[in-house]
Amino acid sequence: MLSIGLAHYLIVGAILFVLGVFGIFMNRKNVIVILMSVELILLSVNLNLVAFSARLGDLTGQVFAMFILTVAAAEAAIGLAIVVIYFRNRGSIEVEDVSALKG
Amino acid sequence: MIAALAFYVFAFILIASAVMVVTARNPVHSVLWLILAFFNAAALFLIAGAEFLAMILVIVYVGAVAVLFLFVVMMLDVDFAQLREGFQRYAPLGAVVGGILFLELVLVLGAWRFASDAPDLRLAPIPEGVTNTEALGRILYTDHIYLFQLSGLILLVAMIGAIVLTLRERPGTKRQNVAEQIARSSAVTMTRPAIGAGIRREEILRSLPPPEPPAPQRLEQHGGHH
Repeated sequence: MLSIGLAHYLIVGAILFVLGVFGIFMNRKNVIVILMSVELILLSVNLNLVAFSARLGDLTGQVFAMFILTVAAAEAAIGLAIVVIYFRNRGSIEVEDVSALKG
Repeated sequence: MIAALAFYVFAFILIASAVMVVTARNPVHSVLWLILAFFNAAALFLIAGAEFLAMILVIVYVGAVAVLFLFVVMMLDVDFAQLREGFQRYAPLGAVVGGILFLELVLVLGAWRFASDAPDLRLAPIPEGVTNTEALGRILYTDHIYLFQLSGLILLVAMIGAIVLTLRERPGTKRQNVAEQIARSSAVTMTRPAIGAGIRREEILRSLPPPEPPAPQRLEQHGGHH
């Protein structure tokens, strides 16, 4: 008997979260892939919120997920704008070159 | 049964495409895999009964955010092969950290259960006989109206921030100066010339610049096109 419960969703969310963290470590130089990994992490958080919302019968989780979606969209727009102006000024998007504030 | 099978299929594709997002050689491929991951996550949302969020995920993420990523990846002329140099070096560290994180999450999942009074503590129980979108709208515009306005403000700030960040003044561009145009003196005024007198009498007609010498015509060679 196959039935989908909360645990399935949580496992998928956990795998997705770990993949996002792994992506940040793997692509240490490429800011764009790091931003995509952050999107994956936020997606896994949304998956958890929706799963709990469905399991408990409480709509608040879905409202939370919607606000996370909004903030993630704003974050992607700002992050990509910063990447674009950084590339325009320095001609590179390597994370290790971004050390002007190091002192 | 069907829903369970669909869940496994969508979850498998979601995880596989997430793996491809972080390991693809070409960032354009990464973005395309990310779009596939978002579609499958939307399907998982549908199975969980969150139809409105599934629609929003497809519209906002696939339609706007992923296309924004694609746009930036294609616009920047970056040597992506050089950006992957540290890939092998950081892979063991990432695997260790990811493995530890996953183990911890699974341990939390194994030793965790709902509180006995959890059903009584619900803030907004899902109403019967109402679609998901309508139910969300009912609480979003009433209970969470301040958060809703605040998220709109965040989007406004993000929009203005992105525009201000990427706006640049190029030298030599000509643009309209509205304030100067409105506050102009009577240098340009309306006149009422006599009907039939033409523009020559009102001294509006300016002398034309001398005509350019005609470009030398290239003589057609023998043969031409075949």
